[in-house]
Amino acid sequence: MLRWLARRFAQIIPTLIVLSVLIFGLQQLMPGDPALILAGEERGDPMVLAQIRAELRLDRPLPEQYLNWIGNVLVGDFGFSWRIREPVAKLILQKLPVTFQLASMAFIIAVLIGVPAGILSATRRDTPTDWIANGIALFGISMPNFWLGIMMILLFSVELGWLPPSGYVSLTEDFWESIATTIMPAFVLGTGVAGVLMRHTRAAMLGALAQDYVRTARAKGVAERVVVWKHALRNALIPVVTLGTIEFGRLLAGAVLTEQIFTIPGFGKLIVDAVFNRDYPVVQGVVLATALIFVALSLVADLLYMAVNPRMRQA
Amino acid sequence: MNALPPERIAAPAARQSPARLALRRFLRHRLAVAGLIVVVLFVLGAALAPLIATADPNATSWSAIRRAPSATYFFGTDENGRDVFSRVIWGARASLAAGFLSVAVALFIGVPIGLLAGLAGGWVDALISRIADAMLSVPFLILAIALAAFLGPALENAMIAIAISASPVFVRLARGMALEAKATDWVEAARALGNPPWRLGLVHVLPNIIPPLLVQATLSIAEAIIAEASLSFLGLGQQPPAPSWGSMLNSAQRFLTQAPWLAIFPGLAIFLVVLAFNLVGDGLRDALDPRSEKR
Amino acid sequence: MIRAFWLILALLAAGSASAQNLRIGLREDPDILDPTLSRTYVGRIVYMSLCDKLFDINERLEVVPQLATGFTWEDPRTLRIALREGVTFHDGERMDAAAVVYSLNRHMTMQGSFRRSEISEIDALEIVDPLTVRIRLKNPSAAFMSQLTDRAGMIVSPRAAEALGRNFGTRPVCAGPFRFVERVAQERIVVERFEQYWDRANIHFQRVTYLPIPDNNVRLANLQSNAIEFGERMEPDDVRTAQRSRNLRVVPVEEIGYQGITINLGRGPGGSNGLARDARIRRAFELSIDRTAINQVVYEGMYTPTRQPLPPANPFHARDFAPPGRDIAAARALLREAGVTGPLTVEMIVPNNPDLRQVGEVIQAMVREAGFELRLRAMEYASALQAASRGEYETFLTGWSGRTDPDGNMYTFMRTGGGQNDGDYSNPAVDRLLDAARTEMDVERRIALYADIMRIAVAEDASRVYLWHRKNIMIHSTRLTGYSPVPDGLVRLQGMRLR
Repeated sequence: MLRWLARRFAQIIPTLIVLSVLIFGLQQLMPGDPALILAGEERGDPMVLAQIRAELRLDRPLPEQYLNWIGNVLVGDFGFSWRIREPVAKLILQKLPVTFQLASMAFIIAVLIGVPAGILSATRRDTPTDWIANGIALFGISMPNFWLGIMMILLFSVELGWLPPSGYVSLTEDFWESIATTIMPAFVLGTGVAGVLMRHTRAAMLGALAQDYVRTARAKGVAERVVVWKHALRNALIPVVTLGTIEFGRLLAGAVLTEQIFTIPGFGKLIVDAVFNRDYPVVQGVVLATALIFVALSLVADLLYMAVNPRMRQA
Repeated sequence: MNALPPERIAAPAARQSPARLALRRFLRHRLAVAGLIVVVLFVLGAALAPLIATADPNATSWSAIRRAPSATYFFGTDENGRDVFSRVIWGARASLAAGFLSVAVALFIGVPIGLLAGLAGGWVDALISRIADAMLSVPFLILAIALAAFLGPALENAMIAIAISASPVFVRLARGMALEAKATDWVEAARALGNPPWRLGLVHVLPNIIPPLLVQATLSIAEAIIAEASLSFLGLGQQPPAPSWGSMLNSAQRFLTQAPWLAIFPGLAIFLVVLAFNLVGDGLRDALDPRSEKR
Repeated sequence: MIRAFWLILALLAAGSASAQNLRIGLREDPDILDPTLSRTYVGRIVYMSLCDKLFDINERLEVVPQLATGFTWEDPRTLRIALREGVTFHDGERMDAAAVVYSLNRHMTMQGSFRRSEISEIDALEIVDPLTVRIRLKNPSAAFMSQLTDRAGMIVSPRAAEALGRNFGTRPVCAGPFRFVERVAQERIVVERFEQYWDRANIHFQRVTYLPIPDNNVRLANLQSNAIEFGERMEPDDVRTAQRSRNLRVVPVEEIGYQGITINLGRGPGGSNGLARDARIRRAFELSIDRTAINQVVYEGMYTPTRQPLPPANPFHARDFAPPGRDIAAARALLREAGVTGPLTVEMIVPNNPDLRQVGEVIQAMVREAGFELRLRAMEYASALQAASRGEYETFLTGWSGRTDPDGNMYTFMRTGGGQNDGDYSNPAVDRLLDAARTEMDVERRIALYADIMRIAVAEDASRVYLWHRKNIMIHSTRLTGYSPVPDGLVRLQGMRLR
């Protein structure tokens, strides 16, 4: 087990190196000259453009740019944002807790709604309960986030005046105000993920409930509650774990549209603005951080697989 | 002994061919049939758009901007005075293609790779899994902008971008299920009997992972339809004035309070299609899974 | 429990609104807050609280004193500026002639300075006495004064600038009414009343918070629910909603820039398009566009249709140069004259924001009737900028935020080899007139020169299609009084207060 974990950690390094090369390559494929976009309306002066390129080393060959950047990263220097001159590490550390809070709240909402609804739906298959649960889940998935978001703002902020329409207050600054600023976006994000989890839980439960051992247990007179929660659910969890970790990763990588609407200064907004502004040091830093999140979460997924089904440990 | 390979249970009961049985099981599933009918209707609507649409979807009318739904304009008119009903009908072409084809491609790429990772294990699994991690962490936006510049503005290219970004989910899903299946007695038994890994994957594992894959595929369709719209704003995907549901939703964003019908009808279309595909998916799963027979 | 939660929230909301704190909703997040290195329009709004300038402009776009008390031209190339006495920077340093010379030098010589080209006419700077500066220019320049009313005229504390170097923008120290407190990227910029401000009697806020809220619906919702007191650059679609609310006031301000279509006349691969061939084809293109209808359909009739780069608010606005009405017959005749048979395909880049995309669709439908097949290509800003500068485009629907002096709206766009002349338009007659207008100090003669330029470059050559001047639509709480709109759209805090 320990050796397995050590191997997993060792894999992180080549992953990040390959990813960093990939992201450098993709940046080259993207049209748009960082110096030009940095200059914006002031791009009329070719000498200034040349100065910017020289300062940002954009006039150097690509391999040199890459080695220079990765060399600095290895000693912990992620560079600074070209657009606002703040250190990239500071920006990431500033935005990550925000997104982490939002993602966790959304994920909790999603799990609390999605998994029980999926179980209920599976145990009451083909009853009105099942149909309604399915309808709501699919509605949550196909409803565009911007629509739900704006509607919630109009209702809870403009009409009722209960919640602040947008913005963010951190947990340490003011706990309740922080919850108040994040509850609506968390709900918007949570409904979509809840739908995904509900559908997967339902399908997996249906499969598990049809298994021989479940029928055997039932035949032996084991209480239905125990059958459902102890025997079937455990075996139904593999796809739920897979999707759950992926969806959580996606939430952590930044829910761009929702952050945009609720003006939550999180990871998603950071990366989108960085891409549109060709603020490459920020893009590279954020992508590396995101990759760490996904690698960590796939480790969590594998550990959960083993917890759910101990026999998978041999794999 | 907690699970038998499915075909061994089904075999004695089968007087008709498995395909016919599956069809019969599917048809007995009323909701699935309803879903199938809706899907067929949408596909027909898209195919026969010129006959069904009451107006030219791109014909502008400056004197009839943002009119509410009425007898002349079933779904109202948009910000350029175009008939929303006709645009929803025509938009089905781009949106169904974006939704269905890109997910199909993602499945086609993702599932075999995921099965390979799960079954082979070892360094193959490590390599594939880390690549999937890396792909998940590349922002969709970067991929989209790079592809838009590289491949040019076309709906097919948008589908490529969507398929690429949707495939890691299927890799992960297939891998997880393959890992689980590999730990079951019957796969171990099959392996002990000397079945080659590809046969294990095809015959023993694939049938068991179909349910979650179907669920995910039918869910991904919704995401793909909406993703097409953000791509069309970046220069990939359907280009104006041609309609797609996603881009209709996008432009409706400015008029959420003034003209709510602009968002409601394309939104409803997406919901119906997603619902229908999910119902069909449920029916398919039951049809393909013989155990559900004994319910 | 839940009820208690709402109660707490309500109390919090009530508590935050009491003090004289102003919250301004911005349309975008500003770039770096260093007057030398910054380049976004939205950044200029924030500078209004942080950095005073030598001069300012008033609602009639006239130059008025700010850190300077006055100026005289000793000769057409020598400007003498008298400075205000007793002004201090936020770090307590004195604002004097040495600081002015330091700041102007910084603007001129710092690597990557976007101010360099604005004040490149400066030949030498002299300290006459601690409160007098003399600026010698290379050539007489009518546009020079206007530069000192914007970022190039902002004076920074030499001590802070030396200490922070290129990171000055992370903690700017100037002589404005408010001093910098903190900035959280994409979240907020907070400034606090500067007690030693020279004009403190006119400043009534303790604290001003700038909140970037990019979504227009949400910026409006913030105004409606009292979460901000001021929203800048709101959408015409929002005006009716805001007018229905008794607590909100809508103030539309004429802008100083324009929106139009840049035509590629010969740059790069896109330079050999159908419109580049013949001015008659371009005139036909223009005649097939109905500016009034665009304004009605997309902007609720709020904007001002135009045919020139200078808005009516600008004293140099050319009179008798109204946009022509839509005339399909005339357009077809011009096309026939130019030998165009069958539909002419033209591509247009449209920025990826919803209103301009709609404008693209409207124009597409309009020009089709005259025989143009307009293909739209949605692009994000960075890709579009590169396409424009490399000539990988045929036409480009784009705008300019505008400068107070007419030179800033025309020279670099029309002059042969001009820095923003992306269409490579070139006409020696226009070049001569543009050069002459730069140095012409007599206002009436200068007006005539610009009118001549427009007659040639716009009416005859149809080098660019100007479409409309936007309005900066400001919406603010009725509790806020004393806001005086200036066409540059910047929010000056002097005189503003909350009731």
